[in-house]
Amino acid sequence: MPPKLERQAMPAQDARKRRKNFNEVALGYTEELALAEAKRCLGCKNSKCRQGCPVDIDIKVFIEVIRKKDYAGALRIIKEKNNLPAICGRVCPQETQCEEYCILSKKDKPVAIGRLERFVADWVIDKKIKEEIPQAVIKKNKKVAVIGSGPAGLTCAADLSKLGYAVTVFEGLHASGGVLRYGIPEFRLPKHILDIEVDFIQKLGVNIALNIVVGKTKTVEDLRQEGFEAFFVGTGAGLPYFLEIPGENLNGVYSANEFLTRVNLMKAYKFPEYDTPVVIGNKACVIGAGNVAMDSARAALRLGAEEVTIVYRRSVKEMPARIEEIEHAKEEGIKFHLLTAPLRILGDKFGRVKALICIKNKLGEPDASGRRRPVPIAGSEFELLSETVICAIGQGPNPLLLSTLPDLKLNKRGNVVVDHNLMTSIPGVFAGGDIVTGAATVIEAMGAGKHAAEKIDSYLKNKQFP
Amino acid sequence: MPHKIIRNERLNSNVCRLEIEAIDISEKALPGQFIILRVDEQGERIPLTLLRTCQKAKTVEIIVQEVGTTTLKLCALRSGDEIKDMIGPLGVPTEIENYGRAICIGGGVGIAEIFPVARALKDAGNEVVSIIGARNKDFLILEREMRDVSNQLHITTDDGSHGRRGFVSDVLRELLAWGKIDIVFAVGPIPMMKVISDVTRPAKIKTIVSLNSIMVDGTGMCGSCRVTVGDKVKFVCVDGPDFDAHLVDFTELSKRQARFLENEKVSLEKYKGEHKPCHQN
Repeated sequence: MPPKLERQAMPAQDARKRRKNFNEVALGYTEELALAEAKRCLGCKNSKCRQGCPVDIDIKVFIEVIRKKDYAGALRIIKEKNNLPAICGRVCPQETQCEEYCILSKKDKPVAIGRLERFVADWVIDKKIKEEIPQAVIKKNKKVAVIGSGPAGLTCAADLSKLGYAVTVFEGLHASGGVLRYGIPEFRLPKHILDIEVDFIQKLGVNIALNIVVGKTKTVEDLRQEGFEAFFVGTGAGLPYFLEIPGENLNGVYSANEFLTRVNLMKAYKFPEYDTPVVIGNKACVIGAGNVAMDSARAALRLGAEEVTIVYRRSVKEMPARIEEIEHAKEEGIKFHLLTAPLRILGDKFGRVKALICIKNKLGEPDASGRRRPVPIAGSEFELLSETVICAIGQGPNPLLLSTLPDLKLNKRGNVVVDHNLMTSIPGVFAGGDIVTGAATVIEAMGAGKHAAEKIDSYLKNKQFP
Repeated sequence: MPHKIIRNERLNSNVCRLEIEAIDISEKALPGQFIILRVDEQGERIPLTLLRTCQKAKTVEIIVQEVGTTTLKLCALRSGDEIKDMIGPLGVPTEIENYGRAICIGGGVGIAEIFPVARALKDAGNEVVSIIGARNKDFLILEREMRDVSNQLHITTDDGSHGRRGFVSDVLRELLAWGKIDIVFAVGPIPMMKVISDVTRPAKIKTIVSLNSIMVDGTGMCGSCRVTVGDKVKFVCVDGPDFDAHLVDFTELSKRQARFLENEKVSLEKYKGEHKPCHQN
């Protein structure tokens, strides 16, 4: 037996320091760490890791190439499948994807595939290595419109462009990236990394048209008139859910979408250098325990809140956020009130939040989601003083575009219904990502974008599917 | 893509009329709709109602009152300058049909927002009776334009320097006593819209107000602009901006408008410190 090689830890900014700044928390592997980690890969003959990758990266081979210190070569292998490696290396939940399939995870910790992916992507960026831009061999004289520039849209656009289509991505906001831009904070995904990867996609030939709200500025019909023959709808989960409890319109109650958009897209953390404000106060509560909730809580802390509390109605086991994010939040001093449900929000005479009234829960029988249902404990109400309440309880499909397409079939949750070719009820209109599945992960959206690109290609070739 | 300023005309000491190049928006916009713009890289996204569009010149016109950093930045622009971003047209267009006798009320810069509605109502065959009001003569804008699209125009100023002394609601009360009114459209400061709503409620006259609340994306993504209408929470950006005045919770709305008051002051002070006042026109 060869000596056991330890999984290399990710260097990170010190928790006491980072809770005061918006700089990136996870610092990335050094070359030494990356080589040591790559060495752990057994290079299994029948490697399973690839099965866990929604975009089908040849993981074993790229790690092999890292071991030969050919980092640019390793990145080329990743980029055959994934155009956003520096992003995925940072935000993918590898622990439930590729790394879950790693044979080492049976007895030990899996190879840190995500950290290696990030390492090679960052290496090429940091060393300013000029990348070859794959050019489509044959230009197809056909236009495809991608609606939404989030992970699903960007992936679909990049793949179609590589196949030779003339692709335009329409984005409603003034900057591209969708949730990668407005949702994920700088300390988890620096925006210059996003800019570099979007720039690469543009170099593939993709045209990104900002400030175009499809359904308002232009309709799908207008785009058909302009010669677009196929459409990919990747408009994401852009409708914030509220708690529907009394006091929700008090000043100081934000949807996580509003709070994070102010902070990330509008750079409110740089107010007054940037004009957009955000008010946080001394105490803030975040309702929910997914990744969006963790991002909101940690951003609130960095904006100067002295005490930030996560309020979640179920127990630690059911928290949907990545373990790594929960750990990071705890290290930074975020408090957790688990098995706690908000009942109402109290305000002062100016209409500002002053407290959140909660009730304690216990876990009952499993519900439809398979998770144990939280049951309120009578008489356990208590008050949490707070000046800010951020609702991070999920997002639904934004109906703005969908409502302009009366023939588009939606399910009862308002998500777009697609067939196995990812085509909607309107011929030539495809959809993928959160708008179809409901809020999920970046990489799953990318997987859908990739899949849709293949199907759009077959549709445009012969108006039918193999 | 940046948008070029074609013309910036100062209407009074703190109100400007801007004509801005906007190819796509000018083709699509209907009365009652708005745009969201961001002047520069550091800028905030703010909603502004469209005064009119010119499809031939591919431009839109907006009226801007200097109240905060963004509006000061806008009014300081000259023809040839550019604003960084603009999206639209947003919101549900005003429901225009032949109602019969329609009252169009505009207060302050709200006159700019009622103008396209009055014009469309007139074109649709309504008898349009307009009431416009302002603090004083200097702050009364678009009088000539409003006269052109109204069968009857009433003017009020708080100090009586032009038209009659008093409020637009005073005229509305008299009109109410005089004869049949089929519908009322009102745009202006929140207290004005609330009073109008109180005046028409007992007579059960359908009254539509156009709300201007704090927005970020303007496409229904953030909920910053939410307002209580009847027993429902609505988003002004996608469900409005027009709502049944009798159902709007104006008290909540006016509190929500003050959400960032302290920050707005800080931002404005900073801007003023960096730019000396520029009121040449």
